[in-house]
Amino acid sequence: MNRKLWLALPLIVFALFVLAVGWRLSSPPDPTVKSRMIGKPVPEFALPAALPAKPALASADLRRQGPRLVNLFASWCVPCIAEAPVLLDLKNRGVAIDGIAIRDTPTDIQRFLADHGDPFQRMGDDKASQVQMAFGSAGVPESFVVDASGVIRFQHVGPIMPQDVPTILAELEKAR
Amino acid sequence: MIAEAGLAALWLAAALAVLQLGVAIAGDRLGDLRRIVVPVAVAQGLLTLFAFAMLIWLFLITDLSVQLVAANSHSDKPWIYRFSGTWGNHEGSMLLWVTVLAAAGAALAIFERRLPAKAMQATLGAQAALAIGFFGFLLIASNPFARLNPAPLQGQGLNPLLQDPGLAFHPPTLYLGYVGLSVAFSLAVGALITRDVGPALARAMRPWVLGAWVLLTIGIVAGSYWAYYELGWGGWWFWDPVENASLMPWLAATALLHSVNVLAARGGLRAWTIMLAVVAFSMSMIGTFLVRSGILTSVHSFAVDPERGSFILMLLLVYIGGALGLFAMRIGSVREGAQFDPVSREGALVANNLILTVILGTVFVGTLYPLFVEAVSGEKMSVGPPYFNAVTGPLTLILALLLFIGPLLRWRRDSRPNLRRIAAPVMATVLTFALSFAVWPAMSALARLGFAVAAGLAIASFLPLAGRNLRRTPLTIWGMVISHLGIAVAIAGAASDAALTKETLVAAAPGEVHRVGPWQIRFNGVDPVAGPNWTAVEGHLVATRGDRAVRLDPQSRFFSDPPTETNEAAILTTWDGQLYTVIGHQEGNRWQLRLWWKPIVTFIWLGGGLIALGGLLALIGRLFREGRRRRGATEAQEAFA
Repeated sequence: MNRKLWLALPLIVFALFVLAVGWRLSSPPDPTVKSRMIGKPVPEFALPAALPAKPALASADLRRQGPRLVNLFASWCVPCIAEAPVLLDLKNRGVAIDGIAIRDTPTDIQRFLADHGDPFQRMGDDKASQVQMAFGSAGVPESFVVDASGVIRFQHVGPIMPQDVPTILAELEKAR
Repeated sequence: MIAEAGLAALWLAAALAVLQLGVAIAGDRLGDLRRIVVPVAVAQGLLTLFAFAMLIWLFLITDLSVQLVAANSHSDKPWIYRFSGTWGNHEGSMLLWVTVLAAAGAALAIFERRLPAKAMQATLGAQAALAIGFFGFLLIASNPFARLNPAPLQGQGLNPLLQDPGLAFHPPTLYLGYVGLSVAFSLAVGALITRDVGPALARAMRPWVLGAWVLLTIGIVAGSYWAYYELGWGGWWFWDPVENASLMPWLAATALLHSVNVLAARGGLRAWTIMLAVVAFSMSMIGTFLVRSGILTSVHSFAVDPERGSFILMLLLVYIGGALGLFAMRIGSVREGAQFDPVSREGALVANNLILTVILGTVFVGTLYPLFVEAVSGEKMSVGPPYFNAVTGPLTLILALLLFIGPLLRWRRDSRPNLRRIAAPVMATVLTFALSFAVWPAMSALARLGFAVAAGLAIASFLPLAGRNLRRTPLTIWGMVISHLGIAVAIAGAASDAALTKETLVAAAPGEVHRVGPWQIRFNGVDPVAGPNWTAVEGHLVATRGDRAVRLDPQSRFFSDPPTETNEAAILTTWDGQLYTVIGHQEGNRWQLRLWWKPIVTFIWLGGGLIALGGLLALIGRLFREGRRRRGATEAQEAFA
C-alpha cells in the first residue's frame, strides 16, 4: 500500500468512529425487543385454562374467529394495571381479546381481574413462559394482533396506553 | 462557600488555560513575556487541584445542598466511601480527569528542561488546548458544584458495588495513567508543529510514557482483581466495553513505550512513534467518552446523555481529528530516521509494535462492531469473549515468543544472531508442551501452548542478564527483565484459569459435604449479619484438604440505599491457587453454593504486578540517570565558567 494511504488510515478509522457514534447520539437505542414472529402463523400451542370459569386458549382458537388481540399479562405486573382500563375500552369497542397469564396462579389472576376488570374471552395459563417465548415476547405486558387466518400481524411492547388505541384499532382493521 | 470557592477556582483555571494557549500561539512576538507560559501552567494546575480538594471536602462533610453530593452520597457511609464517592459519579470523575490533565501540564512545565524553547511552547500550547475543551465541558455541561435548593434531608447513596476500598484507588490510578498520556500527545503535536522530531523529543517523552504506562498497568490489574472478587462471577476479564476502553490505551502505550526507545537510542521510527503518541491519548479520550456517554452497553452503566455525549464527541473531533490531520499533513516533511535491517533490535521492536497494533485494532473493532452493525443494518448483536479470546490469545503468544529473541538482538543489524543462546527456553517450551499431554490429556490447544510459552519465556526473560555484572546492570535492564518475566507469569495464570479451574454448583442443605478440586467443603448453615449500611446472609463453610481445615464465610449482602444485592465471595488463597466460594439464594431449606478451585489463578495479577514493577524500575533508572546527567552538565558548565 502506498505511504499516503497509510498516513490517512487512522484518520479514516476515526471518521468511521465519529459517524457511528454520531448516529447513535442522534438516534438513541430502542430498548424493545421486536418479535421475529411477525408475519408468521401463530406457534402451535394448547394452554390449560387459567381460571375454571374461563375457556382455555389454544392456537386453533386464534385461527378461527379473527382478527383478535392476544394480551400477555400477569397479576404481578404493575404496568399491566395501567393497561387494564384501556383493554376494557377496546373490549367495549368490540375488539375480541384473549389473555395469556404469564407465570401466575389462579387466585392471583382472580383477584387481579376483580380489581381491574376482565376484558378477556379466553385465557391460557403459561406457567413456564413457553408460549410467551414462542411468540417472541420478552416481557409483560405485550399484545399481538392475530389476523383471521391465524398470522401474527402486529406486536405492541409494553402497556397499551390511550394514545395507542388508534394504532391498535387500525392494525385490527388491516388484519380483517 | 466551599462549593463556590471550588467553582471560582475552576473558572480561573480555565481562563489561565486560554491565556496559556494565547501565549503559545503568539510565541516570539511577545518577546520575553512568552516565558510566563510556565508560571501560568503551574497556576492552572494548582487552581484545579484546589477545586478538586474542595469537592472532596464537600463529600467528606456530606454537604447535601450540593446536588452532586445529594445524588451520590449518604452521611451513614464510612468516611472512606464518602471520600471515594467524590469520583464515583460522572461530574466528580470528569473533575478528576481535568485535575490530572492540568497537574500533568504543570509538571511538564516545571520539570522538562531539555526540549528546545520553541517545541516546549508548542507543547504547552497543545496541553492548554486540551485543557480548555475539558474545562468547558465541566463548566458548561457537568458542573460538579451545582447547588440544590432546598437541600434534601438525606443523600441517595453510592452504588454498593462501588463501596469497596479497592475503588478508592482504582479510578484515580487509571485516570493518572490515561491523562498522563496527554503529555506524550502534546509533545507529539508540538513536534509536528515545530517539525522537530528527534531523539530529544523521545527522551522528553519517555518518562511520561513510562509513568503513565505503569499507572495504567496497576489500574487495569487492580480493576481486574476487583471485578474478580467483588462481582462474584469468578472471572478476571470479561471483555466488557469499559474494560476494553482501559485496555486500548494500554496497548497503544505499550507499543509507544518500545518505539520511543528506538527513537531515543537510534533516531529511528520517527513517524511511527509520533503516530503512537497521538493514538495512545486518543484511545484514552475515546475510552473515557465511551464510558461517560453510555454509548455502549456495559456493566459500568451510566445513563446515556445525548447532550453531554455530543459535547465530548465535538471535543474528540477537534483534538483527535486535528492531531491526525496535522500528522497526515506534516509527517511527510519529517526526515526518515536511521535505517536498520529486518533482523535487528529495531526489527524485533517493529514486530512487537505491529502485533500490539493488530491486537489494539482487534479490540477496537470488537468493541464498536455492534454499534457499526446496528447503524448499517438495524440488527442488534453483541461481540463476546469467544471473538476476543480467539484473536488476542494466539497473538499474545506470538508476541511472547518474540520476547525469547528480541531483547538479545543487536541494534541496527544482527546478521547472524546467536541462536544457541535461546536453546534453553526453546527446550523448556517444547518439553512443557510434550509433557502437558501426559499430565493433562484433555486441554485446549491454546492453554497448552500458553503453558509451554510461559515456561520458555520465564527462562528467556533472564537471558539479557547473562554475561553481565549484575551489580552494574542498569535498572532499566532489570525493569525489562522483570516486566517480561511478569508476562510469562500472567500467561501461566490465565492458561491455568482457562484450563484447570474446577467448578461445583449445588443447592446444599446444612450438614452436607461437597467436593471441588482437592477440597472437601462442609456447609454448616447460614446466619444473618449486619454491617454499617447493609444486612447480609452469611454462609458458614469449612474447607478441608489433607489435615488442613479453613473456615470460609461468603455473604449475600442487601443494601438499603439504594436497594441492591451484592455477593461477597469468600476466597482462600494458598500457595497453589485460590478457593472461591459464593452463596446464592435460598431454595426451601437448601442454599445455592458456587465453589471454584482455581490453581495458580493468582499468577494473573502477580504477573501484572511484576509488569508494572518492571516499568517502575525502568522509570526510576531513567530519572536517576537523568538527574546524574543534569548534575554532571551543571558541574561541567561551572567548570567552564
